[in-house]
Amino acid sequence: MCTVCGCSKGNVKIEGRAPGGVKFPYRPHHAHAHDHDHDHDRHHHVHAHPAPAIPAEQAAEHQPTLSQQAGGAALHYGQGAAHAHAPGLSQARMVKIEQDILSKNDGYAAQNRQWLRDRGIFALNLVSSPGSGKTSLLAETIRQLGRDTLVYVVEGDQQTSNDAERIRAAGAPAIQINTGKGCHLDAHMVGQALEQLNPADDSLLLIENVGNLVCPAAFDLGEAHKVAILSVTEGEDKPLKYPDMFAAADVMLLTKIDLLRHLDFDVDVCIANARRINPKIKVLQLSSKSGDGMDLWIDWLLLEMNDAQLVKQREVARLRQQIAALEQRLQERS
Amino acid sequence: MHEMSLAEGIVQLLEDQAKAQDFSRVRQVWLSIGELAGVEAEALAFCLDVVSRDTLADGARFHFVRQPGTGWCLACSQSVAIHARFDACPLCGKHQVQVTAGDEMRVSELEVE
Repeated sequence: MCTVCGCSKGNVKIEGRAPGGVKFPYRPHHAHAHDHDHDHDRHHHVHAHPAPAIPAEQAAEHQPTLSQQAGGAALHYGQGAAHAHAPGLSQARMVKIEQDILSKNDGYAAQNRQWLRDRGIFALNLVSSPGSGKTSLLAETIRQLGRDTLVYVVEGDQQTSNDAERIRAAGAPAIQINTGKGCHLDAHMVGQALEQLNPADDSLLLIENVGNLVCPAAFDLGEAHKVAILSVTEGEDKPLKYPDMFAAADVMLLTKIDLLRHLDFDVDVCIANARRINPKIKVLQLSSKSGDGMDLWIDWLLLEMNDAQLVKQREVARLRQQIAALEQRLQERS
Repeated sequence: MHEMSLAEGIVQLLEDQAKAQDFSRVRQVWLSIGELAGVEAEALAFCLDVVSRDTLADGARFHFVRQPGTGWCLACSQSVAIHARFDACPLCGKHQVQVTAGDEMRVSELEVE
Protein backbone atom coordinates (compact mmCIF):
# COMPACT_ATOMS: atom_id res chain seq x y z
CA MET A 1 0.00 0.00 0.00
CA CYS A 2 1.10 3.54 -0.68
CA THR A 3 2.67 5.03 2.42
CA VAL A 4 1.81 8.57 1.39
CA CYS A 5 -1.85 8.52 0.51
CA GLY A 6 -2.90 4.97 1.35
CA CYS A 7 -4.03 4.15 -2.16
CA SER A 8 -3.75 0.58 -3.31
CA LYS A 9 -4.74 -1.67 -6.13
CA GLY A 10 -8.00 -3.51 -6.59
CA ASN A 11 -11.48 -3.03 -5.22
CA VAL A 12 -12.73 -0.76 -8.01
CA LYS A 13 -16.43 -1.11 -8.62
CA ILE A 14 -18.40 0.52 -11.39
CA GLU A 15 -22.15 0.49 -10.97
CA GLY A 16 -23.89 -1.90 -13.34
CA ARG A 17 -20.80 -3.99 -13.90
CA ALA A 18 -20.23 -7.35 -12.29
CA PRO A 19 -17.50 -7.00 -9.68
CA GLY A 20 -14.32 -8.71 -10.71
CA GLY A 21 -15.16 -8.32 -14.38
CA VAL A 22 -12.66 -5.53 -14.78
CA LYS A 23 -9.39 -5.43 -12.94
CA PHE A 24 -7.99 -2.14 -11.79
CA PRO A 25 -5.33 -1.02 -12.11
CA TYR A 26 -5.14 -2.43 -15.59
CA ARG A 27 -1.73 -4.06 -15.10
CA PRO A 28 -2.34 -7.81 -15.06
CA HIS A 29 -1.19 -9.44 -11.86
CA HIS A 30 0.68 -12.24 -13.55
CA ALA A 31 4.07 -11.62 -15.10
CA HIS A 32 4.42 -10.41 -18.69
CA ALA A 33 3.28 -12.64 -21.52
CA HIS A 34 6.02 -14.85 -22.87
CA ASP A 35 5.45 -14.42 -26.56
CA HIS A 36 9.14 -14.57 -27.41
CA ASP A 37 11.48 -17.54 -27.55
CA HIS A 38 13.67 -18.28 -24.60
CA ASP A 39 17.29 -18.97 -25.14
CA HIS A 40 18.27 -21.44 -22.46
CA ASP A 41 21.91 -20.47 -22.50
CA ARG A 42 20.84 -16.97 -21.72
CA HIS A 43 18.71 -18.18 -18.86
CA HIS A 44 21.61 -20.06 -17.45
CA HIS A 45 23.68 -16.92 -17.68
CA VAL A 46 21.10 -14.95 -15.75
CA HIS A 47 21.34 -17.28 -12.81
CA ALA A 48 25.10 -17.51 -12.93
CA HIS A 49 25.49 -13.74 -12.77
CA PRO A 50 23.15 -12.09 -10.30
CA ALA A 51 22.52 -8.38 -10.83
CA PRO A 52 25.73 -6.53 -9.98
CA ALA A 53 25.64 -4.50 -6.82
CA ILE A 54 26.68 -1.00 -7.89
CA PRO A 55 28.07 1.15 -5.07
CA ALA A 56 25.95 4.22 -4.47
CA GLU A 57 28.69 6.65 -5.48
CA GLN A 58 29.20 4.81 -8.76
CA ALA A 59 25.50 5.01 -9.50
CA ALA A 60 25.56 8.69 -8.64
CA GLU A 61 28.44 9.21 -11.04
CA HIS A 62 26.40 7.68 -13.78
CA GLN A 63 23.51 10.05 -13.34
CA PRO A 64 24.85 13.23 -14.96
CA THR A 65 25.71 11.34 -18.12
CA LEU A 66 22.09 10.40 -18.73
CA SER A 67 21.01 13.65 -20.31
CA GLN A 68 24.19 13.88 -22.34
CA GLN A 69 23.33 10.57 -23.94
CA ALA A 70 19.97 11.86 -25.09
CA GLY A 71 20.79 11.86 -28.78
CA GLY A 72 22.23 8.34 -28.74
CA ALA A 73 20.94 5.15 -30.28
CA ALA A 74 18.25 3.05 -28.65
CA LEU A 75 20.52 0.24 -27.57
CA HIS A 76 23.76 0.63 -25.65
CA TYR A 77 25.78 -2.51 -25.19
CA GLY A 78 28.26 -2.42 -22.38
CA GLN A 79 27.47 1.10 -21.23
CA GLY A 80 26.86 2.39 -17.75
CA ALA A 81 26.51 -0.25 -15.10
CA ALA A 82 27.27 -2.98 -17.59
CA HIS A 83 30.92 -1.94 -17.31
CA ALA A 84 30.92 -4.20 -14.28
CA HIS A 85 30.93 -7.13 -16.69
CA ALA A 86 33.58 -8.08 -19.19
CA PRO A 87 32.45 -6.50 -22.47
CA GLY A 88 31.06 -8.98 -24.95
CA LEU A 89 30.40 -11.67 -22.36
CA SER A 90 27.47 -10.04 -20.64
CA GLN A 91 23.91 -10.45 -21.86
CA ALA A 92 22.99 -7.26 -20.07
CA ARG A 93 22.30 -4.30 -22.30
CA MET A 94 21.15 -0.76 -21.86
CA VAL A 95 17.88 0.34 -23.37
CA LYS A 96 16.99 3.99 -23.66
CA ILE A 97 13.24 4.43 -23.62
CA GLU A 98 12.44 7.95 -22.31
CA GLN A 99 8.81 7.11 -21.67
CA ASP A 100 6.49 9.09 -19.51
CA ILE A 101 5.42 7.11 -16.46
CA LEU A 102 1.84 8.27 -16.94
CA SER A 103 1.85 7.43 -20.66
CA LYS A 104 -0.54 4.51 -20.17
CA ASN A 105 -3.09 6.71 -18.43
CA ASP A 106 -2.52 9.50 -20.95
CA GLY A 107 -3.22 7.05 -23.78
CA TYR A 108 -6.59 6.12 -22.29
CA ALA A 109 -7.27 9.82 -21.64
CA ALA A 110 -6.60 10.64 -25.30
CA GLN A 111 -9.09 7.93 -26.34
CA ASN A 112 -11.71 9.38 -23.97
CA ARG A 113 -11.04 12.91 -25.27
CA GLN A 114 -11.49 11.79 -28.90
CA TRP A 115 -14.64 9.86 -28.02
CA LEU A 116 -16.10 12.95 -26.32
CA ARG A 117 -15.02 15.30 -29.12
CA ASP A 118 -16.64 13.08 -31.77
CA ARG A 119 -19.93 13.39 -29.91
CA GLY A 120 -19.77 17.11 -29.14
CA ILE A 121 -19.77 16.40 -25.41
CA PHE A 122 -18.22 18.99 -23.09
CA ALA A 123 -16.56 17.26 -20.14
CA LEU A 124 -15.27 18.70 -16.87
CA ASN A 125 -13.22 16.99 -14.17
CA LEU A 126 -14.25 18.47 -10.82
CA VAL A 127 -11.63 18.21 -8.10
CA SER A 128 -11.61 19.42 -4.50
CA SER A 129 -11.15 18.43 -0.88
CA PRO A 130 -13.87 16.29 0.67
CA GLY A 131 -16.74 18.45 1.88
CA SER A 132 -16.24 21.45 -0.40
CA GLY A 133 -19.79 21.02 -1.68
CA LYS A 134 -19.11 19.43 -5.07
CA THR A 135 -22.20 17.25 -5.06
CA SER A 136 -24.51 20.05 -3.86
CA LEU A 137 -23.11 22.32 -6.57
CA LEU A 138 -23.66 19.61 -9.20
CA ALA A 139 -27.24 19.01 -8.08
CA GLU A 140 -27.99 22.75 -8.20
CA THR A 141 -26.27 23.09 -11.59
CA ILE A 142 -28.42 20.27 -13.00
CA ARG A 143 -31.57 21.94 -11.65
CA GLN A 144 -30.64 25.35 -13.09
CA LEU A 145 -29.67 23.99 -16.49
CA GLY A 146 -33.15 22.52 -16.67
CA ARG A 147 -34.62 19.81 -18.82
CA ASP A 148 -33.41 21.28 -22.11
CA THR A 149 -29.78 20.58 -21.33
CA LEU A 150 -28.65 16.98 -21.10
CA VAL A 151 -26.27 16.46 -18.20
CA TYR A 152 -24.51 13.21 -17.28
CA VAL A 153 -22.48 12.67 -14.15
CA VAL A 154 -19.67 10.28 -13.25
CA GLU A 155 -19.25 10.12 -9.48
CA GLY A 156 -15.98 8.97 -7.94
CA ASP A 157 -15.82 7.98 -4.29
CA GLN A 158 -13.97 5.40 -2.28
CA GLN A 159 -17.20 3.74 -1.17
CA THR A 160 -21.02 4.07 -1.35
CA SER A 161 -23.23 5.23 -4.21
CA ASN A 162 -24.83 8.00 -2.11
CA ASP A 163 -23.58 10.77 -4.38
CA ALA A 164 -24.84 9.13 -7.57
CA GLU A 165 -28.24 8.76 -5.90
CA ARG A 166 -28.26 12.47 -5.00
CA ILE A 167 -27.48 13.36 -8.62
CA ARG A 168 -30.18 11.03 -9.95
CA ALA A 169 -32.64 12.68 -7.55
CA ALA A 170 -31.67 16.02 -9.12
CA GLY A 171 -32.71 14.61 -12.50
CA ALA A 172 -29.52 13.55 -14.30
CA PRO A 173 -28.29 10.08 -15.23
CA ALA A 174 -25.30 9.25 -13.04
CA ILE A 175 -22.88 6.39 -12.58
CA GLN A 176 -20.86 5.73 -9.47
CA ILE A 177 -17.28 4.51 -9.53
CA ASN A 178 -16.01 3.21 -6.22
CA THR A 179 -12.24 3.31 -6.24
CA GLY A 180 -11.96 1.02 -3.22
CA LYS A 181 -8.55 1.78 -1.80
CA GLY A 182 -7.63 4.12 -4.67
CA CYS A 183 -7.29 7.84 -4.13
CA HIS A 184 -8.22 9.11 -7.60
CA LEU A 185 -10.08 8.27 -10.79
CA ASP A 186 -7.97 7.26 -13.78
CA ALA A 187 -8.74 7.50 -17.48
CA HIS A 188 -9.38 3.77 -17.86
CA MET A 189 -12.07 3.79 -15.14
CA VAL A 190 -13.73 6.79 -16.77
CA GLY A 191 -13.63 5.13 -20.20
CA GLN A 192 -15.44 2.11 -18.77
CA ALA A 193 -17.96 4.34 -17.03
CA LEU A 194 -18.64 6.21 -20.30
CA GLU A 195 -19.50 2.95 -22.05
CA GLN A 196 -21.95 2.18 -19.30
CA LEU A 197 -23.41 5.69 -19.03
CA ASN A 198 -23.55 6.20 -22.82
CA PRO A 199 -24.06 10.00 -22.76
CA ALA A 200 -26.02 11.57 -25.62
CA ASP A 201 -24.37 13.77 -28.27
CA ASP A 202 -24.01 17.49 -27.47
CA SER A 203 -24.46 16.90 -23.75
CA LEU A 204 -22.55 18.02 -20.66
CA LEU A 205 -20.47 15.45 -18.77
CA LEU A 206 -19.47 16.28 -15.21
CA ILE A 207 -16.91 13.98 -13.59
CA GLU A 208 -16.80 14.38 -9.83
CA ASN A 209 -13.41 13.10 -8.79
CA VAL A 210 -12.57 11.57 -5.42
CA GLY A 211 -12.35 14.29 -2.75
CA ASN A 212 -8.59 14.73 -2.72
CA LEU A 213 -6.49 17.74 -3.71
CA VAL A 214 -3.30 15.76 -4.27
CA CYS A 215 -3.52 12.67 -6.45
CA PRO A 216 -6.17 13.55 -9.07
CA ALA A 217 -3.94 16.42 -10.27
CA ALA A 218 -1.66 14.04 -12.17
CA PHE A 219 -4.31 11.93 -13.87
CA ASP A 220 -5.79 13.23 -17.11
CA LEU A 221 -9.23 11.70 -17.67
CA GLY A 222 -9.82 13.15 -21.15
CA GLU A 223 -11.74 16.17 -19.85
CA ALA A 224 -11.77 19.62 -21.47
CA HIS A 225 -10.83 21.30 -18.18
CA LYS A 226 -10.05 20.45 -14.60
CA VAL A 227 -12.15 22.60 -12.29
CA ALA A 228 -10.82 23.05 -8.74
CA ILE A 229 -13.53 23.75 -6.20
CA LEU A 230 -12.55 25.58 -3.04
CA SER A 231 -15.08 26.50 -0.38
CA VAL A 232 -14.58 29.66 1.66
CA THR A 233 -14.65 27.61 4.88
CA GLU A 234 -11.32 26.02 3.94
CA GLY A 235 -8.69 28.76 4.17
CA GLU A 236 -7.30 31.11 1.57
CA ASP A 237 -3.85 29.49 1.48
CA LYS A 238 -5.11 26.17 0.09
CA PRO A 239 -3.77 26.89 -3.43
CA LEU A 240 -0.30 27.25 -1.89
CA LYS A 241 -0.66 24.10 0.20
CA TYR A 242 -1.78 22.00 -2.79
CA PRO A 243 -0.07 23.74 -5.71
CA ASP A 244 -0.13 20.82 -8.15
CA MET A 245 -3.90 20.77 -8.25
CA PHE A 246 -4.27 24.50 -8.79
CA ALA A 247 -1.57 24.38 -11.45
CA ALA A 248 -3.45 21.61 -13.28
CA ALA A 249 -6.85 23.33 -13.09
CA ASP A 250 -8.04 25.87 -15.66
CA VAL A 251 -10.90 27.09 -13.51
CA MET A 252 -11.30 27.66 -9.78
CA LEU A 253 -14.76 27.85 -8.26
CA LEU A 254 -14.89 29.62 -4.94
CA THR A 255 -18.01 28.16 -3.32
CA LYS A 256 -20.21 28.78 -0.28
CA ILE A 257 -19.76 32.57 -0.60
CA ASP A 258 -23.06 33.04 1.27
CA LEU A 259 -21.03 32.18 4.40
CA LEU A 260 -18.45 34.94 3.86
CA ARG A 261 -20.07 37.34 6.31
CA HIS A 262 -19.55 34.79 9.12
CA LEU A 263 -15.89 34.17 8.28
CA ASP A 264 -12.53 35.96 8.15
CA PHE A 265 -11.87 34.52 4.69
CA ASP A 266 -10.12 37.04 2.43
CA VAL A 267 -11.32 36.42 -1.13
CA ASP A 268 -8.68 38.65 -2.74
CA VAL A 269 -5.83 36.92 -0.94
CA CYS A 270 -7.21 33.52 -1.96
CA ILE A 271 -7.45 34.52 -5.64
CA ALA A 272 -3.95 36.07 -5.49
CA ASN A 273 -2.63 32.79 -4.05
CA ALA A 274 -4.27 30.81 -6.85
CA ARG A 275 -2.75 33.16 -9.45
CA ARG A 276 0.68 32.74 -7.84
CA ILE A 277 0.45 29.06 -8.74
CA ASN A 278 -1.37 29.48 -12.02
CA PRO A 279 -1.40 32.99 -13.56
CA LYS A 280 -4.01 31.93 -16.15
CA ILE A 281 -6.60 30.37 -13.83
CA LYS A 282 -10.18 31.57 -14.31
CA VAL A 283 -11.99 32.27 -11.03
CA LEU A 284 -15.75 32.22 -10.42
CA GLN A 285 -17.37 32.94 -7.04
CA LEU A 286 -20.70 31.38 -6.24
CA SER A 287 -23.03 29.85 -3.72
CA SER A 288 -25.26 26.95 -4.69
CA LYS A 289 -27.38 27.63 -1.61
CA SER A 290 -28.16 31.34 -2.08
CA GLY A 291 -27.76 31.21 -5.86
CA ASP A 292 -25.24 34.08 -5.94
CA GLY A 293 -22.90 33.81 -8.90
CA MET A 294 -24.64 30.70 -10.26
CA ASP A 295 -25.73 32.60 -13.38
CA LEU A 296 -22.11 33.26 -14.42
CA TRP A 297 -21.22 29.61 -13.89
CA ILE A 298 -24.24 28.41 -15.89
CA ASP A 299 -23.49 30.92 -18.68
CA TRP A 300 -19.91 29.72 -18.88
CA LEU A 301 -21.04 26.07 -19.07
CA LEU A 302 -23.52 26.82 -21.87
CA LEU A 303 -20.91 28.79 -23.81
CA GLU A 304 -18.34 26.01 -23.57
CA MET A 305 -20.95 23.36 -24.47
CA ASN A 306 -21.77 25.41 -27.52
CA ASP A 307 -18.09 25.42 -28.54
CA ALA A 308 -17.86 21.64 -28.13
CA GLN A 309 -20.97 21.20 -30.28
CA LEU A 310 -19.52 23.48 -32.95
CA VAL A 311 -16.31 21.44 -33.07
CA LYS A 312 -18.39 18.31 -33.72
CA GLN A 313 -20.54 20.04 -36.36
CA ARG A 314 -17.49 21.32 -38.21
CA GLU A 315 -15.99 17.84 -38.19
CA VAL A 316 -19.25 16.35 -39.51
CA ALA A 317 -19.41 19.03 -42.23
CA ARG A 318 -15.81 18.32 -43.20
CA LEU A 319 -16.53 14.58 -43.48
CA ARG A 320 -19.66 15.28 -45.56
CA GLN A 321 -17.59 17.42 -47.92
CA GLN A 322 -15.11 14.57 -48.29
CA ILE A 323 -17.92 12.14 -49.09
CA ALA A 324 -19.38 14.58 -51.64
CA ALA A 325 -15.96 14.98 -53.28
CA LEU A 326 -15.52 11.20 -53.45
CA GLU A 327 -19.02 10.72 -54.88
CA GLN A 328 -18.22 13.33 -57.50
CA ARG A 329 -15.09 11.45 -58.51
CA LEU A 330 -17.05 8.20 -58.66
CA GLN A 331 -19.67 9.78 -60.93
CA GLU A 332 -17.02 11.17 -63.23
CA ARG A 333 -15.69 7.65 -63.74
CA SER A 334 -18.98 5.99 -64.61
CA MET B 1 1.29 11.44 -4.03
CA HIS B 2 -0.20 8.32 -5.59
CA GLU B 3 3.20 6.65 -5.69
CA MET B 4 1.56 3.22 -5.81
CA SER B 5 -0.20 3.98 -9.10
CA LEU B 6 3.03 5.36 -10.51
CA ALA B 7 4.93 2.23 -9.46
CA GLU B 8 2.27 0.07 -11.14
CA GLY B 9 2.61 2.22 -14.25
CA ILE B 10 6.39 1.84 -14.29
CA VAL B 11 6.28 -1.95 -13.99
CA GLN B 12 3.65 -2.17 -16.72
CA LEU B 13 5.78 0.06 -18.91
CA LEU B 14 8.71 -2.32 -18.35
CA GLU B 15 6.53 -5.30 -19.31
CA ASP B 16 5.43 -3.57 -22.52
CA GLN B 17 9.03 -2.73 -23.36
CA ALA B 18 10.06 -6.34 -22.66
CA LYS B 19 7.72 -7.50 -25.41
CA ALA B 20 8.71 -4.76 -27.83
CA GLN B 21 12.48 -5.02 -27.33
CA ASP B 22 12.76 -8.69 -26.46
CA PHE B 23 14.24 -8.89 -23.00
CA SER B 24 13.18 -10.98 -20.03
CA ARG B 25 14.83 -9.38 -17.01
CA VAL B 26 15.31 -5.81 -15.87
CA ARG B 27 18.33 -5.24 -13.66
CA GLN B 28 18.46 -1.49 -13.28
CA VAL B 29 16.10 1.35 -14.09
CA TRP B 30 16.90 5.06 -14.29
CA LEU B 31 13.94 7.27 -13.56
CA SER B 32 13.94 10.94 -14.40
CA ILE B 33 11.84 12.75 -11.82
CA GLY B 34 11.34 16.50 -11.98
CA GLU B 35 11.79 18.62 -8.89
CA LEU B 36 8.23 19.90 -9.36
CA ALA B 37 6.61 16.56 -10.23
CA GLY B 38 5.21 16.13 -6.73
CA VAL B 39 6.75 12.69 -6.36
CA GLU B 40 8.41 11.58 -3.17
CA ALA B 41 11.37 9.47 -4.31
CA GLU B 42 11.52 7.49 -1.07
CA ALA B 43 7.84 6.56 -1.20
CA LEU B 44 8.13 5.64 -4.86
CA ALA B 45 11.18 3.45 -4.14
CA PHE B 46 9.21 1.67 -1.42
CA CYS B 47 6.24 1.08 -3.74
CA LEU B 48 8.48 -0.12 -6.57
CA ASP B 49 10.03 -2.64 -4.25
CA VAL B 50 6.58 -4.05 -3.43
CA VAL B 51 5.10 -3.86 -6.93
CA SER B 52 8.08 -5.32 -8.79
CA ARG B 53 8.08 -8.54 -6.75
CA ASP B 54 7.45 -11.62 -8.92
CA THR B 55 7.70 -9.56 -12.10
CA LEU B 56 10.49 -9.22 -14.64
CA ALA B 57 11.88 -6.41 -12.47
CA ASP B 58 12.09 -8.44 -9.28
CA GLY B 59 15.16 -7.27 -7.39
CA ALA B 60 15.95 -4.51 -9.89
CA ARG B 61 17.76 -1.38 -8.73
CA PHE B 62 15.91 1.86 -9.28
CA HIS B 63 17.92 5.05 -9.65
CA PHE B 64 16.31 8.45 -9.32
CA VAL B 65 17.68 11.29 -11.41
CA ARG B 66 16.30 14.59 -10.12
CA GLN B 67 15.60 17.16 -12.85
CA PRO B 68 15.80 20.82 -11.77
CA GLY B 69 12.68 22.99 -11.86
CA THR B 70 12.56 25.72 -14.49
CA GLY B 71 9.97 28.40 -15.12
CA TRP B 72 9.30 31.21 -17.55
CA CYS B 73 8.84 34.55 -15.83
CA LEU B 74 6.23 36.59 -17.69
CA ALA B 75 7.50 39.82 -16.12
CA CYS B 76 11.20 39.28 -16.96
CA SER B 77 10.52 37.35 -20.19
CA GLN B 78 13.18 34.81 -19.43
CA SER B 79 13.80 31.34 -18.02
CA VAL B 80 14.50 31.14 -14.31
CA ALA B 81 15.29 28.35 -11.83
CA ILE B 82 12.52 27.55 -9.34
CA HIS B 83 12.28 24.92 -6.64
CA ALA B 84 8.51 24.92 -5.96
CA ARG B 85 5.40 25.76 -7.94
CA PHE B 86 4.70 28.86 -5.88
CA ASP B 87 8.27 30.21 -5.95
CA ALA B 88 8.64 33.85 -6.89
CA CYS B 89 10.91 34.78 -9.78
CA PRO B 90 14.45 34.98 -8.30
CA LEU B 91 15.14 38.04 -10.48
CA CYS B 92 12.09 40.26 -10.03
CA GLY B 93 10.32 38.70 -7.03
CA LYS B 94 6.98 38.49 -8.84
CA HIS B 95 4.83 35.39 -8.97
CA GLN B 96 4.16 35.34 -12.69
CA VAL B 97 6.24 32.24 -13.26
CA GLN B 98 4.98 29.38 -15.40
CA VAL B 99 6.62 25.99 -15.04
CA THR B 100 8.44 24.99 -18.23
CA ALA B 101 10.54 22.04 -17.03
CA GLY B 102 11.02 19.92 -13.95
CA ASP B 103 7.47 18.54 -13.73
CA GLU B 104 8.20 15.41 -15.76
CA MET B 105 8.20 11.77 -14.63
CA ARG B 106 9.92 9.49 -17.08
CA VAL B 107 11.60 6.12 -17.32
CA SER B 108 14.72 7.11 -19.20
CA GLU B 109 16.99 4.09 -19.32
CA LEU B 110 17.09 0.40 -18.47
CA GLU B 111 19.71 -2.25 -18.01
CA VAL B 112 18.14 -5.45 -19.24
CA GLU B 113 19.02 -8.96 -20.27
